[in-house]
Amino acid sequence: MTLSLKETAEQVVRRAVSKGATAADVFIREEEKFSVTVRKGDVETLKESVSRGLRLRLFVGKRTATSQTSDLSPALLNTLVDETVEMAHLTSEDASGGLPESTASSSDVSALELLDPSWADFTPDQRIDWARRAEAATLKADPRITNSEGSFDFERTRTVLGNTLGFFGEYEGTSASVVAMPYAQTPEGMQRDYWASVSRFRSDLESPEAVGQRAAQRALRRLGARKVRTCEVPVVFDPLTARTLVGHVFQACSGDAVYRRGSFLIDQLEKKVAASELTIVDDARKTRGLGSSPFDDEGVPTRRTPVIENGILKNYLHSSYTARKLRAQPTGNGSRTGSGSVGVGPTNFYLNPGVASSEEIIASVKSGLYVVELIGQGVNPVTGDYSRGVVGVWIENGKLAYPVQEVTIAGNLHQMLNDIELIGNDVTFIGTISAPTVKIRNMVISGE
Amino acid sequence: MTESKPSVFFDLYGVTTHDLESYLGAALERGGDYADIYFEHKINFSISLEEQIVKSATKAVNVGVGIRVLSGEKTGYAYSEDLDSRSILKAARTAAFIASSSSAGGRVGIDAPEVHEHNLYSVPLLSTDLGIQDKIALLREADQAARGFDARIHQVQTSYIDETKHVLIVTSNGKYTWDLQPLVRLNVSCIAEENGKRQSGYQGAGGRRSLDIFRDELNPTALAREAARLAILQLSAIEAPAGPMEVVLGNGWPGILLHEAIGHGLEADFNRKKTSAFSGLIGQSVGSELCTVVDDGTIPFRRGSLNIDDEGNPTKQTVLIEKGVLRGYLQDHLSAKLMNAELTGNGRRQGYDHIPIPRMTNTFMMAGESAPEDIIRSVKRGLYAVQFGGGQVDITSGKFVFSASEAYLIEDGKVTAPIKGATLIGDGPTVLREVNMVGNDLKLDQGVGICGKEGQMIPVSVGLPTIKIREITVGGTEK
Repeated sequence: MTLSLKETAEQVVRRAVSKGATAADVFIREEEKFSVTVRKGDVETLKESVSRGLRLRLFVGKRTATSQTSDLSPALLNTLVDETVEMAHLTSEDASGGLPESTASSSDVSALELLDPSWADFTPDQRIDWARRAEAATLKADPRITNSEGSFDFERTRTVLGNTLGFFGEYEGTSASVVAMPYAQTPEGMQRDYWASVSRFRSDLESPEAVGQRAAQRALRRLGARKVRTCEVPVVFDPLTARTLVGHVFQACSGDAVYRRGSFLIDQLEKKVAASELTIVDDARKTRGLGSSPFDDEGVPTRRTPVIENGILKNYLHSSYTARKLRAQPTGNGSRTGSGSVGVGPTNFYLNPGVASSEEIIASVKSGLYVVELIGQGVNPVTGDYSRGVVGVWIENGKLAYPVQEVTIAGNLHQMLNDIELIGNDVTFIGTISAPTVKIRNMVISGE
Repeated sequence: MTESKPSVFFDLYGVTTHDLESYLGAALERGGDYADIYFEHKINFSISLEEQIVKSATKAVNVGVGIRVLSGEKTGYAYSEDLDSRSILKAARTAAFIASSSSAGGRVGIDAPEVHEHNLYSVPLLSTDLGIQDKIALLREADQAARGFDARIHQVQTSYIDETKHVLIVTSNGKYTWDLQPLVRLNVSCIAEENGKRQSGYQGAGGRRSLDIFRDELNPTALAREAARLAILQLSAIEAPAGPMEVVLGNGWPGILLHEAIGHGLEADFNRKKTSAFSGLIGQSVGSELCTVVDDGTIPFRRGSLNIDDEGNPTKQTVLIEKGVLRGYLQDHLSAKLMNAELTGNGRRQGYDHIPIPRMTNTFMMAGESAPEDIIRSVKRGLYAVQFGGGQVDITSGKFVFSASEAYLIEDGKVTAPIKGATLIGDGPTVLREVNMVGNDLKLDQGVGICGKEGQMIPVSVGLPTIKIREITVGGTEK
């Protein structure tokens, strides 16, 4: 007999208590996935699966241990629960440990619109067709596009969470993406780029043709890219690269980084940390948001948390553990790591749009760099020191002039946040962290 | 066989040879050219120590089977986390769908298991079978050593991770093999604070061994002192220069240069599809004669080593660049077949839920003849980069970066001030032309490399002797 996920969760919690755990929570996620890639009109890979993962966290007094498994058979689970209890006896007492004091009272999720039922009648052939159309649109956009890939991915997930304090909640969600990745070529060299549309709802996805054409334009504008001389100029980040800056802010505001003093934004609450136009929120209640959920991965109700408001740092983001460590309230950002423990994760973490269009922002630059891709990991989260490889387009007299590559941009995130001069109106949501176009007054470009 | 029958699949999950034959038959029932089945059983154990207490201990058990069917250039893939016949047959039939002709189906016969060419990481006592107390002791030792190093060390975080992975691979062209792959790793991170300034330092080590790997030079005290030294050093680091410079790379982990600049671009899938900056360059000179670069999955106990790759083929040493001339690609089954090339044992995957693709193992440059001191002495003004964080490459344009985390200025042949972290950026197909000195001190890294490609993370190693690059762009802020 196969148990339902809810019964499995309840049984694991009961077993943990019977073996001596004083508290426990169980998180189960079931994922149904479909993925297809198409190359030059033919299906290249087709992948389908249903998978499950169970993550257990338990406490013996103030000691804790966690476990994770893909095998939900009762025999394995019983052994694993017993071993987890034994491990917990061997860890140290941690005064801040424990389940959250209060959990969500209802898991009504309909207002969040996480699941689009219309995917149910979207057949595998239609899914393959969308990948094919995206690829075809990018391949035929220009004779210089010599190679390309298109893909369509669909995922339906079910999340179940239960704990020894009587909390039980579950929710389901869908998401899909259409991606086109063209390769543009001239005798001088080859360039690739991509465009993606990601959404929970079928009706919110960009058409495969639109994705393919936009991807082609992005790859074509990189042809003939060259180095520029080392200089100090204004830098404009497009929405996809500006996301990464916002991602560094998330990392720095995560309660985990703050209590470990591993963030360039520690000890800054209620202080000015960015230009006064800058407002960043973490909003788990965003309708159809890719990071939305009714409760976080330890059952704390989710909410909208202002992180930076008009340049002032208002809140760090917390799990119940980091909230206790830093004497703050949990913000519903508890996130299960692969191992079963709870860290801090973003929900829909984004930089609020401004009023300028990206064209207006580019037009405001006399001589500078428009950044379209960043490579490498040259960001020090402790100091904010920043140095990354860049692909971009040089801006001359307010116009995009020629593509640039093999250069770096460098600065410090403290200074960069304060130097934000303009914020675009074009927030692009393709993940849990999002941003519009952003202009920074000055950065050092290292090139020839 | 180097290891007795992997009882985990046969005894614990009741898999039989007869079953394997019927799964392969189901996978090919729509006429695919080839099918393979990858069983994986993986146990991970980890502990973290922070604020001088053992914060958590974790055990993970992951089991699954991935089934792949090839039909021309097409791949069908499905997996199951239930190892019962019904679930596996269902996955096999899902993967089979990629092919569209009909076939008799039935069973595909398999022979006796193959004998491995290698026995690279036979471990008498697996780390996952050892008690938690021995592992906690390693962390306590590291924590104390880091704190004792300097009063300015404020935060110390140490963690221990181990893995025991059983794999069983059976293919429709008669391959039937298995392996047991151990892996351990120890990490130390510190934060140093002084006058409101904070800096971090990291050191780690590991390999395909058991806890004994942490006894000799990779002992927890040595690792912790090194992490603490790096954090303290960074407190006095000055701004990094911006612009092209002469750069000396230290030996060991700076081999990440080769991984990014050369290795990825030579993975066969990109070259088969002609999307790599190296496409069509085999036989051509891409570097100075001083440079010979290999990928070698056969080094005992190394993090990137494997007895067999994840398609069941023995790993090898593959020459990528010989005295500056581009020689070979890293192959997996599909690309080797479509390119009509020899297998190199580089088909790897993150796990049963992923399709194998060409990947690196241990990638390094052969030693040259120069003494490292002479290399540094030859530089008038340049950068000496010893430790790196990560790197990345754009396969298509060939541009790559790697970010220095410990670097110094070289002035008049002497190593002087430490500088802040900076990214170095260059062009893969041409950077080795700039190499004009190669040291006699080849060293592999300490066993912490993780490589990501198409969302799949796998363990790898890199290595390098001290080398000098005539000019590469350094991405600092000091113009």
